[in-house]
Amino acid sequence: MAEIKEMKKVLFGPLLDNNPIALQVLGVCSALAITTKLETALVMGIALTTVTAFSNLFISLIRKQIPSSVRIIIQMTIIASLVIVVDQILKAYSYEISKQLSVFVGLIITNCIVMGRAEAYAMKSPPFMSFLDGIGNGLGYSLVLIVIGTIKELAGFGTLLGFEIMPLIQNGGWYQGNGLLILPFSSFFLIAGLIWAIRTIRPEQVEPKE
Amino acid sequence: MSAKKETLGKTIGVVLAVCLVCSIIVSGSAVGLRSLQETNAKLDQQSNIIEAAGLSDIAAGDIAGTYDKFVEERFIDLSTGEYVEVANDFDMYKAAKQPKYSVKVENSNVGFQYRSSVANIFLVKDDTGQVNRIILPVNGSGLWDMMYGYLALDVDGNTVRELVYYKQKETPGLGGEVQNPSWKAQWDGKKIFKDGEVAIEVKKNADSSSDYVVDALSGATLTSNGVQNTLDYWAGDNGYGPFLKNQTWKS
Repeated sequence: MAEIKEMKKVLFGPLLDNNPIALQVLGVCSALAITTKLETALVMGIALTTVTAFSNLFISLIRKQIPSSVRIIIQMTIIASLVIVVDQILKAYSYEISKQLSVFVGLIITNCIVMGRAEAYAMKSPPFMSFLDGIGNGLGYSLVLIVIGTIKELAGFGTLLGFEIMPLIQNGGWYQGNGLLILPFSSFFLIAGLIWAIRTIRPEQVEPKE
Repeated sequence: MSAKKETLGKTIGVVLAVCLVCSIIVSGSAVGLRSLQETNAKLDQQSNIIEAAGLSDIAAGDIAGTYDKFVEERFIDLSTGEYVEVANDFDMYKAAKQPKYSVKVENSNVGFQYRSSVANIFLVKDDTGQVNRIILPVNGSGLWDMMYGYLALDVDGNTVRELVYYKQKETPGLGGEVQNPSWKAQWDGKKIFKDGEVAIEVKKNADSSSDYVVDALSGATLTSNGVQNTLDYWAGDNGYGPFLKNQTWKS
């Protein structure tokens, strides 16, 4: 039973208790750039979850063989290969979205969440748990992206996943799109607001004053 | 265990093994998926052309079939306006950088230094094979980056039917509105030439009942100027001017 409890913690912990963006403040740069539309945020979440899960799995499989002097390079090689494969698959099966995500799929390589989980968790844990940990953290990242993407697309364009919720004035409706929320940096406010909200619900996440 | 882990031979061995496996996976996926990716890129281009051709409703999902049936790609020499023969996969934007085709752009603020001397154009035909639209690729810089589009003209070579931008990086909600259907709809029926000169204008708060004026995008002056420069250049004598005056498609 302890096993299942541990699995649950690894899988669902990163959603709220230990969210990679909200608590660890990792991977913020891609969260700023690709959350203008909910659809791109969703695909980015799936892509990152896949990469984190499989990089954790493979790194954990060979963790006993990895010489510690070159471990970061080996992790990077594995992560980079996975990212290229994901990028190729997106280009082949979801061309429109891969055009919108453009360089950001490639930039998953530099996303601190992937690297951070590989170094902090997969290097010490068995493969299956590492895989779950990757999925959990990917989901935590996706959750934030989805929340931000929903707010930005709804307030900025009056649409959700491209469906019109609030018709814009320039299309003959009544809603004036919020231009600020369309711009990438507005995610700073939204992520900050989200962190504040989570830390109000979970005061134990507040860092002690120095 | 840990002592064994750190020997030089083992380190190099592990690194090589990881590199080998990773490179096989990466090259395997790149080669295996290439044909799908090329089909996608081609379909993407064709669907933009179908949109510019005004055939989206007829196509109803069958992009490739509709394209093959109604659209014919031709190549023209921009300086004379006559048809020329080049390789089938000729791309005017790539050719702009090749010495064989490169022509310097002078006296224009369209935003690029060189263009190709040969252009890909697309003739849209009706069921009987008569040309009823001409689609011309145009590009020019907007506020942030180069904007690429297709200008669709009526068979008179003067009346605009569509201006479809398919690749642009303008600010979403402002300049990005070049892709807004209601803005695009304004172009239908506008005229480019007045007494042989390019007369079309993208103007703020314009009286859009005029045949030569299109209302500019609000909050996106530089993007609107970019559209203006693009049309000035490409419809002018250095662009498709000779082809449009010659009306090559009628011969």
